[in-house]
Amino acid sequence: MSARPQLRGTFVALAAGAAILALAPLVAETYTLSVLVIYAILALSLGLIWGFGGILCFGQAAFYGLGAYTYAIAAINIGESTLPVLLGIAVPFAFAFVLGAVMFYGRLSDVYLGVVTLVVTLIFFRFMNATAGPAFAIGEARLGGFNGIPGFPILNVPGQPRWEIYDGAFYAVCAVALLLVYGLVRWLLASPFGRVAVAIRENEGRAELMGYDARLRKTVLFAVGGGIAGLAGVLYASWAEIVTPGLFSLAQSAEIIVWCIVGGLGTLAGPIIGAVVLGYAKFLLGQQSVIDNTLILGAILVLSVLLMPRGIAGVLGAAWGRAPRRARRPRRRAGAPRRLRSLDRA
Amino acid sequence: MDLAGVIAIEVVYSVASLILISAGLAVIFGMMRVINLAHGEFMMIGGYATIVSANAGVNVWVAMLVVAPLTVGLVGLVVERLVIRVLYGRLVDTMLATWGLSLVLVGLATMIFGNTTAGISPPISGFALGGYQVNGYNLFVVVVTVVLLASMWAVLRLTRLGLLARGTMQRADMAAALGYDPDRVYMATFFAGSALTGLAGGVLAPLVGLVPTTGAGYVAEAFITVITGGASLIVGIVSSATILGVVSQAFTFATRPVVGEVALLVTALVLLRLLPQGITGRFFRRAT
Repeated sequence: MSARPQLRGTFVALAAGAAILALAPLVAETYTLSVLVIYAILALSLGLIWGFGGILCFGQAAFYGLGAYTYAIAAINIGESTLPVLLGIAVPFAFAFVLGAVMFYGRLSDVYLGVVTLVVTLIFFRFMNATAGPAFAIGEARLGGFNGIPGFPILNVPGQPRWEIYDGAFYAVCAVALLLVYGLVRWLLASPFGRVAVAIRENEGRAELMGYDARLRKTVLFAVGGGIAGLAGVLYASWAEIVTPGLFSLAQSAEIIVWCIVGGLGTLAGPIIGAVVLGYAKFLLGQQSVIDNTLILGAILVLSVLLMPRGIAGVLGAAWGRAPRRARRPRRRAGAPRRLRSLDRA
Repeated sequence: MDLAGVIAIEVVYSVASLILISAGLAVIFGMMRVINLAHGEFMMIGGYATIVSANAGVNVWVAMLVVAPLTVGLVGLVVERLVIRVLYGRLVDTMLATWGLSLVLVGLATMIFGNTTAGISPPISGFALGGYQVNGYNLFVVVVTVVLLASMWAVLRLTRLGLLARGTMQRADMAAALGYDPDRVYMATFFAGSALTGLAGGVLAPLVGLVPTTGAGYVAEAFITVITGGASLIVGIVSSATILGVVSQAFTFATRPVVGEVALLVTALVLLRLLPQGITGRFFRRAT
């Protein structure tokens, strides 16, 4: 496949996405739409590292929460939102880089990777829940324990702390952020770096024998995913106007994984579709109290793993009759055959 | 001196409870290589089974030692037939499906029992050790754990059933060639693992205020214990539970319980980084 049709595909996708994002306010409120777009960015971050890097991270919520907390703490101390936004992306990026380096240079893979990321998220969750009281403060920002941090300055026009961005304008910012992130991810995957990342997913040993440093590349990819999740966290903090330890919870991590698996792994549209559809479904379900929300989310996950392992994007792609080319699913998910082999040896 | 005694009991108890909550998972994950993320919810069901049947007039010992394991074992059997069976060998898919299952179970429990705390009082009263009050039930948990470990070892090492299970887990095709049905063996093993999990949930029920989301607190610690333990079932969880339990209790006494929890998690991270195959991947390699 030459680069040119792919470039055109990217532009078509971006134009279609922009059109949908521009028309969406006609059918739903921008307040709801904003959070759906934020979810889409978050889903994209995991869709990138899991679908294309083969790294199943159980703790994507850690970077999301870290971004939100960093923004909130920095915004209280600085009072203006430009630098806090950048910090909210940079801190999760750096943290993911360090964590990734520890894991990938330690040659941890599949299950162990999942458990380590899970544990890190839990540490954040437990720690943040325990930070009530004045002893825990960064600058003027109290961490607030279980209640979280309320009342920090929301997003404003750069350099103008009085011009706050909310409602329609905030939705526009989120929409542009989603398009930018999508474009960035497409570009990354089309670049040599992205192609090698996919090669590593397919066969790490072979990629290394060809001279590529899989450890470094996985670390960088993981960090990029962390940075994108951090951006989603920043936007979420500005949308909700409060950050709580719930951002680090297992349920949050679970939700991101559900979006990706229901939407379709190994595609970029899949996680976005999954996040928007399930996010909106959750919003609708939240208005009824007959059936518990968690139950439905769980049932969707079980059923989609059993019946629709290629996700919505896979089903749509097949319906279009071009599934073999577009919906390229990882041939093996995060190392299942390897475990079997080690089981044989045992 | 009394303080030392109390601390010793606390440490032994925390090690024992780590072993107890991870025993069922050690069978399901350690032997079958099935990642059961609904492990905590299985314990939660065990807890509710105990409380409900005890409140309905069943003897509390029968409730926790018989009713809870049987209930959860049956739940496990249904889950294995409906979900897990389809996904053997697909590690990540199993993980996701059982995660979904855990959400379903939490949702069901919330709908049935509501978001309130349920509990029964411990059937053993405390006693005084010098100037300190010691929770007698904690000692019972330790005893249950020791008996459990001994019987697990005996079943796996000494009985034909254990041999069959271990053999099938290593080479399902060989077991099939010898005339055993791996499908049935997997089913029975999953039942046993679930029942162990239910037992843990039942025995720990009097010590926790049970809410539908209780399971989430267990699953991480159980996984950490089993994975840092490594390939050998019993020696693995005993050694990792000892290290993790001692570290977390040391930090809890020195500072606060939260620091203890975080210390446990950090220790597990360091152990995994140093010994990616678990403790028994490096030491005690020939043990069960």
